Amino acid sequence: MDSRVVTILIESFPKILIPGLVRTIPLTAISFSLAMVIAVAVALIQFAGIRGLRQLCRLYIWVIRGTPLLVQLFVVFFGLPHVGVVIDPFPAAVAVFSVNEGAYAAEIIRAALESVPAGQMEAGYCVGMSYLQIIRRVVLPQAMRTAFPSLANSLIAMVKDTSLASVVTVAEMMMATKQLNALYYEPLALYLETAFIYLMFCTVLTRLQSWGEKKLSAYERKGAV
Amino acid sequence: MTLEVKAVTKRFGTLEVLKGIDLTVEQGDVVAILGPSGSGKTTLLRCVNFLERADAGTLTFDGEDFDLAHIGKKDILRLRKKTAFVFQNYNLFLNKTALENVTEGLVTARRMPKEEAVAKAERALDRVGMLDRKNHYPSQLSGGQQQRVAIARALATDPEIIYFDEPTSALDPELIGEVLSVMRALAEEGMTMLVVTHEMNFARNVSTKVIFMEDGVVLESGPAREFFEAPREERVKAFLRNIERKEEK
Ligand SMILES: Nc1ncnc2c1ncn2[C@@H]1O[C@H](COP(=O)(O)OP(=O)(O)O)[C@@H](O)[C@H]1O
Ligand SMILES: [Mg+2]
Repeated sequence: MDSRVVTILIESFPKILIPGLVRTIPLTAISFSLAMVIAVAVALIQFAGIRGLRQLCRLYIWVIRGTPLLVQLFVVFFGLPHVGVVIDPFPAAVAVFSVNEGAYAAEIIRAALESVPAGQMEAGYCVGMSYLQIIRRVVLPQAMRTAFPSLANSLIAMVKDTSLASVVTVAEMMMATKQLNALYYEPLALYLETAFIYLMFCTVLTRLQSWGEKKLSAYERKGAV
Repeated sequence: MTLEVKAVTKRFGTLEVLKGIDLTVEQGDVVAILGPSGSGKTTLLRCVNFLERADAGTLTFDGEDFDLAHIGKKDILRLRKKTAFVFQNYNLFLNKTALENVTEGLVTARRMPKEEAVAKAERALDRVGMLDRKNHYPSQLSGGQQQRVAIARALATDPEIIYFDEPTSALDPELIGEVLSVMRALAEEGMTMLVVTHEMNFARNVSTKVIFMEDGVVLESGPAREFFEAPREERVKAFLRNIERKEEK
């Protein structure tokens, strides 16, 4: 590597990292949090078998999972303004990412709810608890423990998927890198640098996942306390 | 308290599992339900506590009549707060410690203040000899210990009757004794119990009444002493002989 490339890489580092910190991470954090709210609600509606709403949830999951994320972004960012609905890039991206992830996470959580043994529900009934009390205090906590590794996996995937937001003009890391590349024309070095920063973000999340799994598995541990 | 069940029927698809069961439990009774596997004993208990909806039948609890096939949610919730159920496979809440398993029904379902519930739960755990394990999760307890916590969970709600569905059947032989002795102590303290069991010594020595079920009907019932000393039905005699032979081995 010649010294010019090294200088470019050093100068670019903060210019890529900062959009990562102020765009990629907030975009991921907000979208994933909203996705969790959607997912728990959609999973519970299906688990409880609420008629009408249940069909609506299936439709939502079917449509979202059956269409590309990129197309969904284009529909909201380029399509909606065409009929007079203009949304700023960042909130538009948040809306698309959360609705998209919500559908996938709902399926993960629904499967986890169904994996909780029926006896847990029955034991709750027999001590006088209501359906909602049992769901909230017994079934959902166990399901979230089961779903945790898959959900952590989805979160890590989402960090990287947010790079798609660059095509709808959100000034996140990928967008910053493209602009730097237009200036210096060092695509290999610059895109590898960006890849490295994504890798660092995901490494932190992987660590958090192991820590979280350990905390959550308290009730699965064998042996004396 | 008096529990009276009349003409309970239940079918799963085309399989008629309960063909009109009658049963009375009086205050302080320990009623043992015996019978071969598949005779409908579990289904009967589940219908009486509404885990399964009976096709027909009536339930009289403390003088109040209920239609088992059409009883509403509110009545179910109200009745369940007066009863408790001990399952064959314990069904402790897996995400909760022994203590939390016992307080849950008090705090959540009965809105009891936390400290009061903990004190009560600790007394219940003490009665079954599990107080020293109160902070253990079910996965950290043996089957016998889990079942004793399950009995504490049942006791803590001050039930008027406890239903037991083969409480020792899932246990290793060496763990059965600890659970049976807890149940025997409860019986001696006057707890009303309806117990499905294959433990003949328990039925013979602890229960006051015995009901023998086969193929969804009650074949014979009566005071425990009479039942074991002078069974009337040929099938019951054969069943008892068979069990005795197994116990001798
Ligand atoms: N949920 C169910 N669906 C279909 N059949 C069932 C169900 N529960 C029990 N049965 C059947 O009903 C019969 C009685 O079962 P059960 O009440 O468990 O008998 P027991 O407890 O006396 O062994 C059995 O033939 C069993 O296969
Ligand atoms: Mg059974």
